[in-house]
Amino acid sequence: MTRVVSVLIGIALVACLPVLGDNYLLRLGTMFAMYAALALSWNIIGGFAGYPSFATAAFFGLGAYTGAILQGTGVSMFIAWAGAGLVACGFAALLGMAILHLKGHYFAIASLVVAEVLLEVATSWTSVTGGGMGLNLPVLQISIEAQARLFFYAMLTIAVLALGMNWLVANGKLGFALRCIRQNEDASSMVGIDTTFYKVTGFALSAVFVGSAGAIYASWVFYIEPADVFSVLTSVKPIVMVLLGGAGTVLGPVIGAFVFIVMEELVWRNFLSFHAAVLGLLIVGLIFFVPNGILGLLRRRWTSGSRPQSSEENVE
Amino acid sequence: MLYIQILLNGLMLGGLYACIAVGFSLVWGVLNVINIMHGSFVVLGSYIAYFAYVHLGVHPFFSIVLSGGALFVLGYALQAGLINRVVGAPVLTTLVLTFGLDLLLNNAMLLAFSADYRTVRLENPFGSLIVADLVIPLNRLYGMLLAGALTALLYMVLMRSRMGRAIVAVRMDSEAAALMGVNVKRIFALTFGIGALMAGAAGSLLSLIFPISPIASTDFLGIAFVVCVLGGLGSIAGAMVGGLALGVIQSFGALFIGPQHGLTIAFILLIILLIFKPTGIMGRRGYE
Amino acid sequence: MSLLTLQNVSRSFGGLNALDSVDMTVQRGEIVGLIGPNGAGKTTLVNVVTGALRPSAGNILFEGQSIAGQKPHQIGQMGIARTYQVVQPFPEMTVLENVMAPATFAARAGDLEEARGKAMEALRFVALDGAAETIAAELTLAGRKRLELAKSLAMEPKVLLLDEVNAGLNSAEIDGALTLIRKIADNGVTVIIIEHLMKVVMTLCSRIVVLHHGAKIADGTPEEISHDEQVIGAYLGTRYSRGLGAREAAHD
Repeated sequence: MTRVVSVLIGIALVACLPVLGDNYLLRLGTMFAMYAALALSWNIIGGFAGYPSFATAAFFGLGAYTGAILQGTGVSMFIAWAGAGLVACGFAALLGMAILHLKGHYFAIASLVVAEVLLEVATSWTSVTGGGMGLNLPVLQISIEAQARLFFYAMLTIAVLALGMNWLVANGKLGFALRCIRQNEDASSMVGIDTTFYKVTGFALSAVFVGSAGAIYASWVFYIEPADVFSVLTSVKPIVMVLLGGAGTVLGPVIGAFVFIVMEELVWRNFLSFHAAVLGLLIVGLIFFVPNGILGLLRRRWTSGSRPQSSEENVE
Repeated sequence: MLYIQILLNGLMLGGLYACIAVGFSLVWGVLNVINIMHGSFVVLGSYIAYFAYVHLGVHPFFSIVLSGGALFVLGYALQAGLINRVVGAPVLTTLVLTFGLDLLLNNAMLLAFSADYRTVRLENPFGSLIVADLVIPLNRLYGMLLAGALTALLYMVLMRSRMGRAIVAVRMDSEAAALMGVNVKRIFALTFGIGALMAGAAGSLLSLIFPISPIASTDFLGIAFVVCVLGGLGSIAGAMVGGLALGVIQSFGALFIGPQHGLTIAFILLIILLIFKPTGIMGRRGYE
Repeated sequence: MSLLTLQNVSRSFGGLNALDSVDMTVQRGEIVGLIGPNGAGKTTLVNVVTGALRPSAGNILFEGQSIAGQKPHQIGQMGIARTYQVVQPFPEMTVLENVMAPATFAARAGDLEEARGKAMEALRFVALDGAAETIAAELTLAGRKRLELAKSLAMEPKVLLLDEVNAGLNSAEIDGALTLIRKIADNGVTVIIIEHLMKVVMTLCSRIVVLHHGAKIADGTPEEISHDEQVIGAYLGTRYSRGLGAREAAHD
């Protein structure tokens, strides 16, 4: 109970960010919320189910273009955002049925390549997507401050919804099934788990908020192009964030997203041309020094003294 | 006649593709590691060839030795020093790790060489061979022949040398190989080094044909992926078959839907294969 | 109507016939032993019945309905459970969670509370309830075998296929396992047990089916099987079986 309360307090605090009146911080907060949503979403298929998905960019880009195209036809922003989430979800369900029977590297590549193919489609289908020249979105007729606040709250809402979804999945039947699948997929089948159904459901859920986030992003920046929204980094960064915070936990993705965004800002401001290299260094350091994420580190420190030496016990 | 020209183009391209992919396939098949840096290795090999020509007058076909050697050292060191520690770790770990290392390498190249495309312009260009109505650009033909020779050489090494047999043994069953006295860690490092060597050598050959820039690394990586899935993992013959097949498919694809979609064709083919027949044309299952 | 029927079931891998036209029926309440030399096809048969493998030919009927080609999870939900020769736990979860999985997904427990109840019941049956909070990976082999049993019981099966439950156990542990299996059968579960230990098979089973090179070579009571010429030939070689036949003829 206390954990739920502290999380709610944390959300409330973050929601007060606009009070500070600093547009720069607000922009940072919006990015944090966006990446938190992406990381939390990935956690469902990658953390719980253990399937190394690189499809986040595909869902994000698809959501961005869906939202932009819908808005282009006059639909309200909010409906466009919801529609984008649904389209991404449907796409993920279909894609999942096609590729979730693959394991390990093959699944990873298939999910990675989907984004590349969508990128090419977006670049070539000029009549619908504007092709390589990108797509413009309608500019909002409100003040800069009001816009910043609007998009901040929009992203924050998506992030909170994604967090809620993670919590529901973790404590419910779906999460249980996915955890079993990750540990032993064959045995899962044998004890009555319909692995295909649960994997596809998890995959589809992992796309909903990513799609919406993509659409919100498009509305926020007013102009999108294929290379921007289908970038492979959009797939990799959430993975790094979840690994950083602790995969398969509910709060890990949020913690990882926060730490990552802070580090990225510091690097961006001071080492612009080394940006990618520093991210690379961060990844290498993460793999070697923090393999179970920050939560894993903390958990080990808290329990190292209190856990009995259970390896000696004979349990019958 | 047109179709024969397209076929020839495809075969020449395919031979180069096979050379690009064979090192990647070996590493994936033996270590079960997908080396995201592979594309950057190829680009680095190209740069070495470029600068060797511009500053030392060494013909790119000869700087294969230089590129290959330099990349071997780099690859061996990277594997022995870093990647060895995560061999056997989950797919996500190794993929993200090599992705991170590639970010470093690629960024370094961008800073050192800038993103501008360069090409090696020979003082005495090869020109083309005209046979019947067929145009055969000699740089591509020689490139393909050399690539084929290199690949064949690698095949001989794997089949005949002690080190080569050890690599094949580790590919089949690393535990059994260890029991037979094979130093598996060293074989891993060696294999990774050879993979990098082949990438660097391919880069040298390609420097005459494709423009060089760090941005091109993802294209080469994509090609390597597709060739591996087409031809099967860890086998030289598979890389050859896969490379030639991809080259030909792309050539004909370019005829029907335009040359700029080359990579897209490759990727769509990849997805279709993965969904329906992950073991590829040769039908041999590699590591998952 | 028999509970489980195999009709002319075959399964081949490439050129190898792992199962060769096997006919077999199991009646409700039986304890049937499935024996045969190594490589005879016993585990393959279990895999085919539980849906892990498709039969290359033939049909499998459960309660009169064809189940060949169904997915493992469907067959599990219908009431057929199995244990693995090499135990397959969910290593990172506790013993209780391990058993809650089949209770939830195969026995269709309504909510987590009900699943927990069913799981504890199964754990008590195998005397593992004291270890409910232990991580599965930390159990000893005997404990893991009991966990495996508890998991299959939590599925509330009608048929239970046991694949060499006694491998790796000492004789005290084996006696414990035998008692458990008898208890399970007494509770109305039909049991098919693959076993190498003759003492187990002979004392436990009312009927024994013998496989050799994928084909069924004998099907009868323990008494009949122990004198069957083909069975002895399969295990010891035809020299002994032929010799036995001659000696028995000489006594008549």
